[in-house]
Amino acid sequence: MKEALIYEISSPGRIAVNLPDCDVPTTSLPEGYLREDLPLPEVSEVDLVRHYVRLSQLNYAVDKGFYPLGSCTMKYNPKVNEEAAKLPGFVHTHPYQAPDTVQGNLFLMYQLQEFLKEISGFASVSLQPAAGAHGELAGVLMIRAYHESRGDHKRTRMLIPDSAHGTNPASTTMAGYETVKISSDARGNVDLEELRAHCDDTVAGLMLTNPNTLGLFDEHVQEIARLIHECGGLLYGDGANLNAIMGIVKPAELGFDVMHFNLHKTFSTPHGGGGPGAGPVGANEVLSPFLPGPIVVKERVEEESDEWSDEEELYYYHWQMPPSSIGRLKAFYGNFGVCIKAYTYIRMLGAEGLRQVSENAVLNANYLLSRLKGVYPLPYDRTCMHEFVLSGRLPDAPDVHTIDIAKRLMDFGFHPPTIYFPLIVPEALMIEPTETESKETLDAFADALIQIAQEAKTNPELLHNAPHVAPVARLDEVLAARQPVLQCLK
Amino acid sequence: MSYIPNTDADRAAMLKAIGVNNIDELFRDVPEVLRYPELKLPAPLSEMEILRELREISEYNVDLEHAPCFLGAGAYRHFVPSVVGHVIGRSEFYTAYTPYQPEISQGTLQSIFEYQSMICALTGMDVANASHYDGATALAEAVLMSVSVSRGKRRKVVLSAGVHPEYRTVVHTYTQGMGLTIVGEEADPLATNELANIVDTDTACVIVQNPNFLGYLEDPAVLRALAEAAHSKGALFVVSADPVSLGLFAPPADYGADIVCGEGQALGGGLNFGGPYLGFFACKQQYVHKMAGRIVGQTVDRNGQRGFVLTLSAREQHIRREKATSNICSNEALMALAAAVYLAAMGKTGLRKVAELCYHKAHYAARRLLALPGYHLLSQKPFFKEFALRCPRPVDEINEYLLDEWGIIGGYNLEKDYPQLTNTMLVCVTEMNTREEIDLLVEALSPDSFVRENERWGSDEEVAA
Repeated sequence: MKEALIYEISSPGRIAVNLPDCDVPTTSLPEGYLREDLPLPEVSEVDLVRHYVRLSQLNYAVDKGFYPLGSCTMKYNPKVNEEAAKLPGFVHTHPYQAPDTVQGNLFLMYQLQEFLKEISGFASVSLQPAAGAHGELAGVLMIRAYHESRGDHKRTRMLIPDSAHGTNPASTTMAGYETVKISSDARGNVDLEELRAHCDDTVAGLMLTNPNTLGLFDEHVQEIARLIHECGGLLYGDGANLNAIMGIVKPAELGFDVMHFNLHKTFSTPHGGGGPGAGPVGANEVLSPFLPGPIVVKERVEEESDEWSDEEELYYYHWQMPPSSIGRLKAFYGNFGVCIKAYTYIRMLGAEGLRQVSENAVLNANYLLSRLKGVYPLPYDRTCMHEFVLSGRLPDAPDVHTIDIAKRLMDFGFHPPTIYFPLIVPEALMIEPTETESKETLDAFADALIQIAQEAKTNPELLHNAPHVAPVARLDEVLAARQPVLQCLK
Repeated sequence: MSYIPNTDADRAAMLKAIGVNNIDELFRDVPEVLRYPELKLPAPLSEMEILRELREISEYNVDLEHAPCFLGAGAYRHFVPSVVGHVIGRSEFYTAYTPYQPEISQGTLQSIFEYQSMICALTGMDVANASHYDGATALAEAVLMSVSVSRGKRRKVVLSAGVHPEYRTVVHTYTQGMGLTIVGEEADPLATNELANIVDTDTACVIVQNPNFLGYLEDPAVLRALAEAAHSKGALFVVSADPVSLGLFAPPADYGADIVCGEGQALGGGLNFGGPYLGFFACKQQYVHKMAGRIVGQTVDRNGQRGFVLTLSAREQHIRREKATSNICSNEALMALAAAVYLAAMGKTGLRKVAELCYHKAHYAARRLLALPGYHLLSQKPFFKEFALRCPRPVDEINEYLLDEWGIIGGYNLEKDYPQLTNTMLVCVTEMNTREEIDLLVEALSPDSFVRENERWGSDEEVAA
């Protein structure tokens, strides 16, 4: 099923908007400054709309079906969040308006900062980072700034478990540190002996995801924190897997010094096909001064003596740069439109609702695991948290790979799980159901995977040639990289 | 309301299948003494209640549908055609994930391929990526890329003072661990030609903004000379551009740019108090393997049918990890889709018309304001939709008066970022400002109005006495 490119349905003279005529006297344009040609499409509104509607129908999406992508937390995106973010009083505000004129926005951001502090146990939060990786960069730069501020210039190495998401080492490099890989042990925990051997005064810190990308809660997390702190390092938390532990444990209490949140994972804001997300970062007392800024602060306002405003505390909200801030990480303040959605979500769930989220996320994952563990190899046989990792290396089907299993799942109407990650499990299948799926969906997914395991033995060609019912058949990614065609202009 | 379908019966059945008695047992790896902390959060609200609360909160703001606005400085009130919201509001687009499984993500992939093509059309570059977080981070990535192109050997960046002050700050933040030397910011933001004097063989890139932060259009001949100066020393020439201006003015490819980046918010993205925005990024073919971010490429499927995939992934964090071109993962895909819809809706004639409207209205406003005593233009250089206006009194004072007495949101106070520009306001006029609004601004600032207000209320000193 092929959809023409927007350029292929263009015709000179067509346009999909109408603009008013100029209502002021015109001014001559500067000669020598103008462009000659502007190769943009020319389409009518009806063709434009049909093009994008048809394109949208080629997509799988959470609103269509199950998306068990490990570490992505593809939970349902509540529609009330979308309504909230469209309120004109929010949409039509300019970031440089005087604070007096945007107290509503500042109040909302302040409240979200407070909510995230409460959920995580951290002392301060900055909402500025625009994505998880952006928050990671903030955290690593903060650790660096902390050591520099103490005149400690020897620390050049960041320890990172071999199960870590690729953004961890990439962020480390961007911050100017060297990455040192730490192995996982046979139970899927960070190898304590190896960690202990590396802990010295050249270590800036450790970046730890907990639960980790195997979906396992590290059985020695407090000991890990102790070891890192003992050698003078700091513990960074990759909060991508926070969906497993809200109301269950506070990361700051486990010993993390700084952590990023993914609002587009844990806090239900939509993924948008690759963003926008938001990656706020939280810090303990020691690291709070280094947060990227500005952040929102409040101060009590002198009240006029008035009988009926007695109980109300009046506050004025405004921006403040943390005293030793690593600086701005982007222009303006953060992805405010995304923050509104996370705020709305937390206000609707409350403490009890967030805890139920984590409990049900973990329950769903363990249930799905119980249905599949006899069928697919399970490298780490422990109680999982909100996700688990299987291997696609079926003993009776050596020619079948995880990619084939993934593509065949599409024929059953499911988006495949995360594949080939974490790197420490060969032919990995990382499955995260989330709490917003029903038992029926989980059972249907398990049934499909069980059937595919059978097909792998009896009819592997069905898998090798999958998908059969998608809008396109399996695509040639090798060709795309070898002969890149990255735009369609002549 | 937590959107959880499980009933108690479902939970009981699942616990039984797992082989535990209650959910607590699943958390046995969590240190017991720390388990189940109290979260002090406000009591949950129903959908009806939260919407009411949010509407009240939003009404504590002065919003631009209720106040004429002359504020720009990197975030712009441009017209967003209705089609944009209807396309990005389709949940097949906004609830989709990053298109790692291309066979069931052709909607996202093709729309981003088309976006990349349109960005190349605007900028004259050969390739574009699928987005950065915003114009500032796109520029920071351009710096990292330029250093990488020199294999890390060049450690100097020439950065014009005409680049948005916050963008420059972000460049410093991103490079704080790299030991780079960044020069040029202390110079006159209007003396772009002089930057050529500080380019040397240690320079990784030379960066200008066009139109610059003060609204001025750089002379293409000056930029061409600067590009040549950069290239003669082996440095890249980076231009941060306003995409609406590119509807009318020469694409940076014409004057020697190697990398073109900038803020795409003006293309169909609302103001949204600063985010989510859109960093667009494009470069010449020879640098594509050093470019960060996602890139969509065209290919075929097993039946020979055209399709699209994420490609050149060996540059990215999920493959190259610590050797990746950048750590970027989630970007601003939905905002890129909005920009694509906007550009397709406007098309070659529409975008030009938007730019012309901005140009004519800004020049009309400038002419009328200059007729008032005490107001001058900072420079006679050509400008696009913003201009630096020297005022007879402090900008903050003028803006307070404009808001309190006339309900008008005035321009940006340039003294904050350029201490030499006292009493200088950056006035922005777009196609959204009507003639009536412009005339109202002029009336508000005319000496009669100011005097009338001062007579009515007295000056601050008189009131305090």
